[in-house]
Amino acid sequence: METLTYREALRRALADAMEEDPDVFVIGEEVGRYGGAYGVTKGLIEQFGPDRLIDTPISEAAIVGTGVGAAMAGMRPVVELMYVDFIGMTMDQLANQAAKIRYMFGGQIGVPMVLRTQGGTGRSAGAQHSQSLEAYVMHTPGLRLAMPATVADAYHLLRQALRQPDPVVFIEHKALYALSEAVDLAAPVPDWGRAALRRPGGDLAIVSYSRQLHHALAAAERLDAEGIAAAVIDLRTLNPLDFETVRGAVEAAGRAMVVSEGPLTAGVAAELAARISEECFDFLENPVLRVAGEDVPISVSPGLEAASVPTPELIVDAARRLMA
Amino acid sequence: MTKTGPAPSNTGLEAHYRQMRRIRSFEERVGELFVRGESAGSMLHLSIGEESAAVGVCSAMRDGDTFTTHHRGHGIFLARGADPNRMMAEIAGKATGYCHGKGGSMHIADMSLGHLGANAIVGGGIPAVVGAALAARRRGTGQLSVAFFGDGAMGQGILYESMNMAALWDLPAVFVCINNQWGMGTRIDQATRVTALHDRAAAFGLAAETVDGRDVREVQAAAARILDGARAGRPGFLAVECYRFFGHARKDKSPYRSPKEEAAGRSRDPVAFARDALIAAGMAEARLDEIDQAIATEMEASIDAAIAAEEPPLQAMFRDVFAPDAPEPEPLARRIDRVLARD
Repeated sequence: METLTYREALRRALADAMEEDPDVFVIGEEVGRYGGAYGVTKGLIEQFGPDRLIDTPISEAAIVGTGVGAAMAGMRPVVELMYVDFIGMTMDQLANQAAKIRYMFGGQIGVPMVLRTQGGTGRSAGAQHSQSLEAYVMHTPGLRLAMPATVADAYHLLRQALRQPDPVVFIEHKALYALSEAVDLAAPVPDWGRAALRRPGGDLAIVSYSRQLHHALAAAERLDAEGIAAAVIDLRTLNPLDFETVRGAVEAAGRAMVVSEGPLTAGVAAELAARISEECFDFLENPVLRVAGEDVPISVSPGLEAASVPTPELIVDAARRLMA
Repeated sequence: MTKTGPAPSNTGLEAHYRQMRRIRSFEERVGELFVRGESAGSMLHLSIGEESAAVGVCSAMRDGDTFTTHHRGHGIFLARGADPNRMMAEIAGKATGYCHGKGGSMHIADMSLGHLGANAIVGGGIPAVVGAALAARRRGTGQLSVAFFGDGAMGQGILYESMNMAALWDLPAVFVCINNQWGMGTRIDQATRVTALHDRAAAFGLAAETVDGRDVREVQAAAARILDGARAGRPGFLAVECYRFFGHARKDKSPYRSPKEEAAGRSRDPVAFARDALIAAGMAEARLDEIDQAIATEMEASIDAAIAAEEPPLQAMFRDVFAPDAPEPEPLARRIDRVLARD
């Protein structure tokens, strides 16, 4: 066992992947000399040089497009998009090019590119630097989507993402970079595309991912003290989506809640709730509850920001009423 | 900084003429496919009038070089060696096409010929060339990567991002703007104050030229200068001045421009120019007619083959969203059956 932060685990994954495969390189704004806006790539340029930690001008669309071309030419680019909020600038290259190249070209070639970015609230970063935009990605056929919640997954999901034959959007959470956990990176982890049951419980299934997993686990702990046993599922990847693990927990409990930081309407929680309602209908004793971000932009005010997304208190309260 | 090279010789002009005639003939057949109702849709953008850009630039490329094209890219792909039968089948949306009927005219590609893809988003294929050039340099393959696009893409920011990065990193990349004067129904001078397009590329530090597309030999000479420079680590830009003979797409009759302008534009026909030059150099017209006839026969056959070809099976819809070993998406009908199969 060793103690690592989420940030260090990501860095370790990049370093190990670059060590193993000379085709892996990192490209993006401030990834080299600066070491990444959130410090993930700090020190890697000393180890691997500027040809593999490529600092770019502020040109998000062309950076992603460069990744697409390099991936088609046989490389394994890790493209860093400093904030997921900037995804709008890259959407043509991501959604019209990377996601569709294999399909449009009749299966001739794939785009094995990993787009690393980060999102979410927690730093009073305001409306343009705090969003949870995973639904944009999940809504686009052809893109894989991973959102690690734990230190071990920060490492393993990134390593797994770098072995995928198709484009992977890898969204870290800015409030998790300092998360420190004792991990054994040699211990087995679930395969790519498998969810993890982080806490068993037979009364209620809470489905979550990324930082909200920690809120869900904190809520489950409190609920346990009240005699409510909540299962907590960490989806890990939203594409592929492991619905079988969700189904198992929901059918056992008969009650389900989906917790997501993204805006409620037409979001990831909406998709999950719809699937659960359709596929587990006969097992449900109550409506499937979405506990998600408010349908508002994120404020700089710490109070408003925190209240814009689910809190452990909100999850506990919603769970109690779902059980009533 | 438009340059004039040494006077072009007729060496290779016959080969260029053949290639340009093949493109012209192919595009005419594409138009016929549409009129006969056998094309998949009407999103067909003909490159008639632009043949010298395709042939002149492609003749300066080497085996292994990669490229991306735009929505008006049939000619470029043919000039890089595409099989007209597979192209026509793709345009007709048939299983025997380059992309099994899923790509069509605007998304045709062939990795074995270095074609990283046509693109239906104006400017969308440009940055892939930066990535391909980056990969080529890192791997020391000696490959060059060329982005072909129209003057419409000069309005897209991603072009400037891409040119800046290519110049910054001295990549073996070339940006070729086929300036046919019209972006759909907007003439170049209605889209920009600066119609000397190469000035913009020069501002980013690229070797940049504009060449008149009437004489394919001039295009080839300019392309050779730019491409050779890029191979040696000085990325470049070439604007080829030509004229879009017909409307934006097959249904467009160009009501926004005058017959007088069209007549002037069409008088700069690169195919006719090459033919006249060959005759002036002593080639018999009868010989040129034979060449034309053989090409027309070849292209006519590609239409017949495309019409006769199989449609892709419906199950192909779920194929190639992801790599072959990944589960395919569940068809909706099956999903509905599953959801409603309650007991």
